Amino acid sequence: MTTKLFGEPVRRREDPRLLTGQGRYLDDLGGDALAAAFVRSPHAHARIRDIDVSAAIDVDGLVAIYTWEDLPALLAQPLPLLIPHPALTHGRTAHPLARDVVRHVGEPVVMVVARDRYLAEDACALIRVDYEILKPVVGVEEAAQSAQLVHDDVPGNVGAHLVQEVPSAAGLGAREAIDAAPHTLAFRLDIERSASMPLEGRGVYARWDADDRSLRVYTSTQTSTSVRMAIAAKLGLPLPKVEVIAPDVGGGFGVKIVHPWPEEVLVPWAAILLGREIKWAEDRREHFVSSAHERAQVQSVRVGFDDDGRVLGLEVNILHDHGAYTPYGIIVPIITSTQLLGPYKIGAYRVEFSSIYTNTVQVTPYRGAGRPQAVFCMERTMDHIAAHLGADRTAVREVNFIRPDEFPYDQGLIFQDGRPLIYDSGDYPESLRMLKELIGWDSFPEAKARAAAEGRRIGIGIGCYVEGTGVGPYEGGHVQITSDGRVHVSTGLTSQGQGHETVFAQIAAAELGVPLERVSVVTGDTRRFGYAVGTFASRAAVMSGNAIALACRKVKEKALRIAADALEAAPGDLEIVDGEVRVLGAPGASIPLATVAVLSNPLRYAFDEEAARATQFAGTPAFDRPPVEEGQEPGLEGRDYYSPLRSTFASGMHAAIVETDPLTAEIRILRYAVVHDCGNLINPMIVEGQIHGGVAQGVGGALYERMVYDEHGQLLNASFMDFLMPYATEIPLVETAHLQTPSPLNPLGIKGAGEAGVIPVSAVIASAIEDAEGIGIDRMPISPSELFDLRRAATGRSTSET
Amino acid sequence: MNIAITLTVNGVVRQVEVPGRRLLSDCLRHDLGLTGTHVGCEHGVCGCCTVLLDGEPVRSCLTFAVTVDGHDITTVEGLAAPGGAMSPVQRAFAECHGLQCGFCTPGFLCTVTALLRDNPAPSEEEVLEGISGNLCRCTGYQNIVKSVHRAAEIMAEES
Ligand code: FES
Ligand code: FES
Repeated sequence: MTTKLFGEPVRRREDPRLLTGQGRYLDDLGGDALAAAFVRSPHAHARIRDIDVSAAIDVDGLVAIYTWEDLPALLAQPLPLLIPHPALTHGRTAHPLARDVVRHVGEPVVMVVARDRYLAEDACALIRVDYEILKPVVGVEEAAQSAQLVHDDVPGNVGAHLVQEVPSAAGLGAREAIDAAPHTLAFRLDIERSASMPLEGRGVYARWDADDRSLRVYTSTQTSTSVRMAIAAKLGLPLPKVEVIAPDVGGGFGVKIVHPWPEEVLVPWAAILLGREIKWAEDRREHFVSSAHERAQVQSVRVGFDDDGRVLGLEVNILHDHGAYTPYGIIVPIITSTQLLGPYKIGAYRVEFSSIYTNTVQVTPYRGAGRPQAVFCMERTMDHIAAHLGADRTAVREVNFIRPDEFPYDQGLIFQDGRPLIYDSGDYPESLRMLKELIGWDSFPEAKARAAAEGRRIGIGIGCYVEGTGVGPYEGGHVQITSDGRVHVSTGLTSQGQGHETVFAQIAAAELGVPLERVSVVTGDTRRFGYAVGTFASRAAVMSGNAIALACRKVKEKALRIAADALEAAPGDLEIVDGEVRVLGAPGASIPLATVAVLSNPLRYAFDEEAARATQFAGTPAFDRPPVEEGQEPGLEGRDYYSPLRSTFASGMHAAIVETDPLTAEIRILRYAVVHDCGNLINPMIVEGQIHGGVAQGVGGALYERMVYDEHGQLLNASFMDFLMPYATEIPLVETAHLQTPSPLNPLGIKGAGEAGVIPVSAVIASAIEDAEGIGIDRMPISPSELFDLRRAATGRSTSET
Repeated sequence: MNIAITLTVNGVVRQVEVPGRRLLSDCLRHDLGLTGTHVGCEHGVCGCCTVLLDGEPVRSCLTFAVTVDGHDITTVEGLAAPGGAMSPVQRAFAECHGLQCGFCTPGFLCTVTALLRDNPAPSEEEVLEGISGNLCRCTGYQNIVKSVHRAAEIMAEES
């Protein structure tokens, strides 16, 4: 029964605490801490002439005010560029507090520490910063052409430029292949900015223990181990004296992988300096203007294809807007350009991107991380081809699919982990067949005709994707069975609501043969596990899941060896069931794991009856062997790491039916269907939940959410009033079906599932609206008024043509 | 400057001195230590901070603590039975996977508790309408809607 835990919809172990108000998120901690608040730039581009704090000095409860000039040498440097890349020739990062020039609205300029947040904000309001306003650069195309520079030493505002080319089997380059193709098309696509927008913002809480000379930092992060190293480096502290803990985190979706945030180094620094606990919890406006956004790209596409729609050559040029700084490198456009090919075999491919500076908030990964843009490009291309040929949209996709017998399939590109982009497994034709059946693709034309007869417009759309998940370099797991029979599991990566405490416990319980209730899991706490990368790229289950499984296997082997001695049996004749080691086929001959744990640690001192069994005068020791044999360690614990050869590739296909109102152009999603393949499922309930949440964010990105910057670089909709995240009333019921093609790359045969839901949604909705309206859709998101304008332009065009 | 107020929070009379500008959300979280009530926007849109004021859902981030002097407040910490047994709404959310990160959850639980008290068997439309003032960035709402129906079922079974 315990072995069935893997693959079962086990209820979440984090829920009882989160449902009763007992969760502990960042701002729930440190009730007595001082509060930090920041003066942030109101201008998109300006030179700081002077900072006058005199009026703030008298604020009751004020403790300290810091500007860049107060920072020690290491902290005064720009923040780290986390992911360098040879193509990122002009990477730039911000200073923790602005030095001379501010480059986006929201950049921190002054830090204030006071007795509470109200008072800290009072002081902020009284600090006068004198700015010389510079001309801002806003909009990626404007920035690419502007003589105005975001950074004086970055010509053309180009941070990075990269060309990747994969020739056809016959050795043709993409341009030649397109020119030689029977049909060619060229078009342009636009995607606007959106953002992760977790409901809990960022936050940092630091405690300095002056007696112990050690620092503990809690932060709402997706990577506590790396924040720890960054803090130790920036503050010049010995690593063992720094602990970083991610408490309960209220959503991340990518934005919290960036680190160290200015606040993550400034708050601990001030805590040490002042010898006081300090906390900063981000407010919503700060999150809009001071964290990170994603998505914005302009793409130019040229494609050549044959009469069946088979793509012979594809050329894509991408202008990527990365905002004012590049702390996370060029991961987003790299993913866009390498994941663009999806489930297809493309004859020849050439992709070129320029990553451009603008005076806006920096762009770093948001769930999907460049893939929604990639899939929008590829799937719009497929629809264009189908429209050109008058072919069914699914038929065009089908002829381009990689076939199930062609895996592993090498796309000939270098992926975001710096390793070859080789798909491990998948079954795309089967996935499409399942999707068509689920949504009723083949019978849709009749439904459409019936609706038309009633004066209604409906349309169907489709989108396919392949997602590289579980990227390396590694994660680790530690498993310890204590003498009370409890199993303590830890891993270094962090959780933001994905149910890791549950799925990792399922894995450990199944591997060890112990009841689930005995297993407890800790994530994101450097006191428990110091080596980790972090939670992003749908990698937690694949990386830590497998590492924990491997660590469990080590522990199990050791348990069986010790039990074999005690039971006078061969380890191969033993099994562990319900927390007991049993001799196969010999009922009654068994020993609890708790006792094995006792025996694993030879003792001099007994602290209870169980422990007495492991002391030196108990039992019948073998005098020819030392108590702890060579190569062995005391205790029933194991640590192991999983480091994959390369990423594993999940895939999926979505379809939607939308209705557009003939008068108001309101867009409603009538049905939404998902076929999803992430290999073996650990907990189908949790995977399903991840898909629902992803699709909802995708619907937000397709129909509602955008960051509206004016020409001055002011973000006009920096609140939940104006940035329209969908409520329950906007999200359709998501119908799902699962295909499971196990990954051959890891022991559990799993692939990542966290981001999948969001990836194809804009492509699917665009496809469906286009089908309903008969008007080309080439930019997302789309609002009713934009659709209304498209209609007017379309009728205007056809009137002028007649 | 501080004003003494008395609130009955989760059945317990609490006295606290707060400045006039203290938000009820901050008073509950930071003065009374009831951190189960969350703050997602502080401008009245997300619903994370929803608590029950004399039984009715209100946004504690839009309420000054001094304005509710003498009133009765229920927060997420007060939804379970006195012995600690989770309420039908809480159990239904666990059963239907109606939460992921859990940050929006206290607001939903308070909203739904009041909703089902007033309408023990809501239709699909009424459920959507009832929770349409609460944002969730994780779940896509599907399992929250399911949780509400399931909670109604549990309440009917147990009444
Ligand atoms: S915090 Fe009160 S509504 Fe968002
Ligand atoms: S569960 Fe995370 S916001 Fe709702």
